Amino acid sequence: MNRFSYMRAASVEEAVREVAGDPTARFIAGGTNLIDLMKYDVERPDRLIDITHLPLKGIEETEGGGLRIGALVSNDEVAYDSRVQDRYPLLSSAIRAGASPQLRNAATTGGNLLQRTRCYYFYDTGTPCNKREPGSGCPAAFGRNRIHAILGTSEHCIATHPSDMAVAMAALEALVHVAGPNGERVIPIAEFHRLPGDRPEIDNTLERGEIITAVELPAQDFSRNHTYLKVRDRLSYAFALVSVAAALRLDAGKVTDARLALGGVAHKPWRVPEAEAMLSGKAPSSDLFGKVADRILDGAKGYEDNAFKIDLARRTIVRALSQAAEGKPQSQTDKRIQ
Amino acid sequence: MQLSKGLIGTPQNRVDGRAKVTGQAQYAAEFDTPDLAFGVVISSSIAKGRIASIEAEAALAVPGVLDVITHKNRPRTAWLDRSFRDEVAPPGSPFRPLYDEEIKYSGQPVALVVAEDFETAVYAASLVDIAYEVETHMTDLDIARREAYVPPKKRGGVKPPPSPTGDAEGAFAQAPVKVHGEYRIAVEHHNPMEMQASTVVYGQDGTLTIHDKTQGAQNSQGYVANVFGLSKDKVRVISPFVGGAFGLCLRPQYQLFLAVLAALELRRSVRVVLTRDQMFTVGYRPMAIQTISLGANPDGKLQSIVHDAVQTTSMFEDYQEAIVNWSNLLYHCDNVKLTYQLAQVDTYTPCDMRAPGAATGVTALETAMDELAYAVGIDPIELRLRNYTETDETEGKSYTSKELRACYQLGAERFGWSKRNPEPRSMREGRELVGWGMATGVWEAMLAKTAARAMLTLDGRLEVSCATADIGTGTYTILTQIAAETMGLRMEDVTAKIGDSSLPRSPVEGGSWTAASAGTAVQKACQSVREQLFKFARQMDSSPLANASIEQVAFAEGEIRLLNDSTARVTFAAAMQAGGVERVEAEEKSSPSFLDAARYSGYTHSAIFAEVKVDEELGVVRVTRIVNAVAAGTILNPKTARSQVMGGVVFGIGMALAEESMLDHNLGRFMNHNFGEYHVPVNADIYDIDVIFVSEHEDKLNPMGIKGLGEIGIVGTAAAIGNAIYHATGKRVREFPITLDKLLE
Ligand SMILES: Cc1cc2nc3c(=O)[nH]c(=O)nc-3n(C[C@H](O)[C@H](O)[C@H](O)COP(=O)(O)OP(=O)(O)OC[C@H]3O[C@@H](n4cnc5c(N)ncnc54)[C@H](O)[C@@H]3O)c2cc1C
Ligand code: SF4
Repeated sequence: MNRFSYMRAASVEEAVREVAGDPTARFIAGGTNLIDLMKYDVERPDRLIDITHLPLKGIEETEGGGLRIGALVSNDEVAYDSRVQDRYPLLSSAIRAGASPQLRNAATTGGNLLQRTRCYYFYDTGTPCNKREPGSGCPAAFGRNRIHAILGTSEHCIATHPSDMAVAMAALEALVHVAGPNGERVIPIAEFHRLPGDRPEIDNTLERGEIITAVELPAQDFSRNHTYLKVRDRLSYAFALVSVAAALRLDAGKVTDARLALGGVAHKPWRVPEAEAMLSGKAPSSDLFGKVADRILDGAKGYEDNAFKIDLARRTIVRALSQAAEGKPQSQTDKRIQ
Repeated sequence: MQLSKGLIGTPQNRVDGRAKVTGQAQYAAEFDTPDLAFGVVISSSIAKGRIASIEAEAALAVPGVLDVITHKNRPRTAWLDRSFRDEVAPPGSPFRPLYDEEIKYSGQPVALVVAEDFETAVYAASLVDIAYEVETHMTDLDIARREAYVPPKKRGGVKPPPSPTGDAEGAFAQAPVKVHGEYRIAVEHHNPMEMQASTVVYGQDGTLTIHDKTQGAQNSQGYVANVFGLSKDKVRVISPFVGGAFGLCLRPQYQLFLAVLAALELRRSVRVVLTRDQMFTVGYRPMAIQTISLGANPDGKLQSIVHDAVQTTSMFEDYQEAIVNWSNLLYHCDNVKLTYQLAQVDTYTPCDMRAPGAATGVTALETAMDELAYAVGIDPIELRLRNYTETDETEGKSYTSKELRACYQLGAERFGWSKRNPEPRSMREGRELVGWGMATGVWEAMLAKTAARAMLTLDGRLEVSCATADIGTGTYTILTQIAAETMGLRMEDVTAKIGDSSLPRSPVEGGSWTAASAGTAVQKACQSVREQLFKFARQMDSSPLANASIEQVAFAEGEIRLLNDSTARVTFAAAMQAGGVERVEAEEKSSPSFLDAARYSGYTHSAIFAEVKVDEELGVVRVTRIVNAVAAGTILNPKTARSQVMGGVVFGIGMALAEESMLDHNLGRFMNHNFGEYHVPVNADIYDIDVIFVSEHEDKLNPMGIKGLGEIGIVGTAAAIGNAIYHATGKRVREFPITLDKLLE
């Protein structure tokens, strides 16, 4: 771990200014990811700009009937907020599927979106890694890759984005509000995270100095037919091998609107709008769900340890869609998969 | 002789429980001392080769950095292998930290950065630049096994496989029913909660007081004395509390060497604590590949057992454990061939891990027995009963006691085994397939030579002491019980002192022998105190006990009482005053009886029953019920005993479903070296664990009939779960852990 100085930002403008002007500065929110990375010498910031005292802490109604979640609202505050539970239960469920209560109490909405991959090599400075040290190579592709991606990989990186929350937000088409040196902007979540390509060191489309101020959930009603189904290597407290956020709207036994996002399989929450469109106007059936899954997984590529994920993802999609269609969302306390 | 009424065998709370939950119990890294310096270990990133250069200038320039110790500037240490060999070292040439430029395994310590404070040391360590000359390494057992060998020198305390009997291969060829399989058990790391840590307090008189995380304070003491050429009375090792060990702390680990090295060099106190990732650079449960062939008659009677195992070891030591012996120990068979080989890989030397050998071998054997049960169409318990043996056929001895039949019976009753339809995939609840499986567990019951002291003082308090350790097993509590009961005192009148090299001689705490060994020594020491006390009491003026013999009295409530006239009594204090002493003291030893050892074998047995529910499509396994019926002689404290067995079962669930240290063979490095990615079971994974202690009369191993419980809980558990998974799904997985991908398709 390197030495660093610490500063508590008094305003969003100040925070942005400090980080925009200094490539060695980092925002710190809950610290549950950044501090770990610093302990492993993966992140070596000279300055930490503490943003936890900024006024980004409330959950507010938007004019359009949605909710605006401040970037510093903790993961569990979001999960247990009654408005979120009533109107966006999918999000509440996805958050509760992740980490542990201790972590969720410390972790923030903004930090969660920006947490980095759990690739073993990324965390181990004793090994090469293109994401950590561009150009050094990707040992995961030929090494241990049980937790790695099957979709959207590149020869330079096969890491996944590990967040559960982001997967639900992708399905809910959240909007990420950011403020930066050039003012404020809104990034649709689908465009927020990126694929590794030949720049695996870049996880997302934020620019230097930009700070997440809030995540907006547009008004919509997926509160009846939804589920967050997370399959992992033990029954709790593990990152997803595959997770699926499914949200459907049904009318007279037919799907009118469908959203599906996958976690644990790619460098970003994975959505395929054409696959979702296949559900429109159709009655739910496992046959149809299977076809949708095949479409989503089109082009999936497995590696030595994780090839099973393709099949697992297909099965998980089908199960999640049937849970959603039946209006029986996966419980996050009973570990039996429904 | 009569003991005062029963504390032994009653459920007692841990005497150290309050200290632990209130944070009063201090662990190795928590002892503070003035002027303490902090050492941080730098680990090798390559698996084999040489250190080409170490640039430490930048680190040394950081204010507060005291030293960067490497192979180049380290102080001299002993140069004979013998000096580095600790009490439990396997044959070979023990690893010497910072010895020379050679790299023998990934994660090997290559430098110690010492600074005035921990943060400075951590920062400075990040500035040290090390260049390597890389050589080709090999960590893959599948390749290394081509050059497997029978260890030429046997490891003390580990029985080699018995010589073959009959013609196992011939009998297998002839057998009407055959099963044959290859079984793989992944590498596991112990991963106790507490990291390896040593705080060395440097005394100005040249003495070292070392707070070490160890299962053997005297083993660490001997190691330090030998390696650094110090006399033993200059080295005291203290380890009153250990936050989990599971065998990892049987041998001194490199943080102890480094902390002492730095303390002697800098002439000041030093602490070294490993990080969680460095906990993957010390010993581990070796990977093993086993093949088992069982030949049987249609009635299930075994005609042939062939069990071969090859297991990893390091390039410099022949670590050994007993993997295959159990196959002949558990079942009667006339044609048996068991072989055990090692294969060298470029990792650190493996290390005993909870039920070393048995956890590995019995998992394979008991899976094969389940396969045989299906092949002959006989209930798995019935199959085991048909091959039951009343004698230890590996050594031609009788058992001191063996209530395994009762384990099968009581376990089966509690579990409801009779309702089992043997047909795979015959039970289902919604989308989950339900399966029931069982297996046998077995572990040695040993006694290791141990000494203990007992000291009674005028105020009615008794202190018993022994250098052994309590690694969370409950040793403090059972020693207190034994002492209190023997002396006729209350638990709260007794203090047990352990985990200190200055206390009476004890071997390392391991192998499940501590309760029997230290317990017997404490009992004998207390008996000796009783005898002295009784002598004083009889010699008192007009003593009411003048004509009594020790058989005619009871020690109870701090008094000696005549059995047939409880008004005839002398208090302990009165007896001591009469004897003109303020304390009565005795030191005694327990040691195995060689006469009995030649005739009898002592083993603990168990029968484990598992219920699993497996999501048919997704392969997600839940272990919803475990019944473990254990026959382990006298159960000293059912409460701590139950915790021991439960802990073992949880270990077994980890082995069955999750635990695996993943080696990247390209890098020769364990990659999932953290608790996020090395999965041990969490609370959600654990449902109902029901432990039954089957009554077993044991009168040969030691006076109290103790057998020990540290390991038995894990042995067989993974097999029972694997067998239940087969029953649920019809899929036989012979590769542990059984992760969900192995159940898809
Ligand atoms: C053991 C463990 C298990 C876990 N399990 C799961 C799991 O199962 N599922 C899951 O989804 N997650 C899991 N997590 C990850 C956890 O959710 C993240 O660590 C957490 O959400 C990060 O939030 P934080 O506020 O602590 O971020 P920090 O660590 O403070 O920051 C993370 C990054 O985001 C940047 N940052 C933070 N806030 C902002 C902002 N407002 N604007 C711009 N940049 C910002 C920081 O500079 C930093 O680079 C686990 C973590 C651990 C340690
Ligand atoms: S997958 Fe990505 S993060 Fe992992 S080693 Fe390769 S480049 Fe690094």
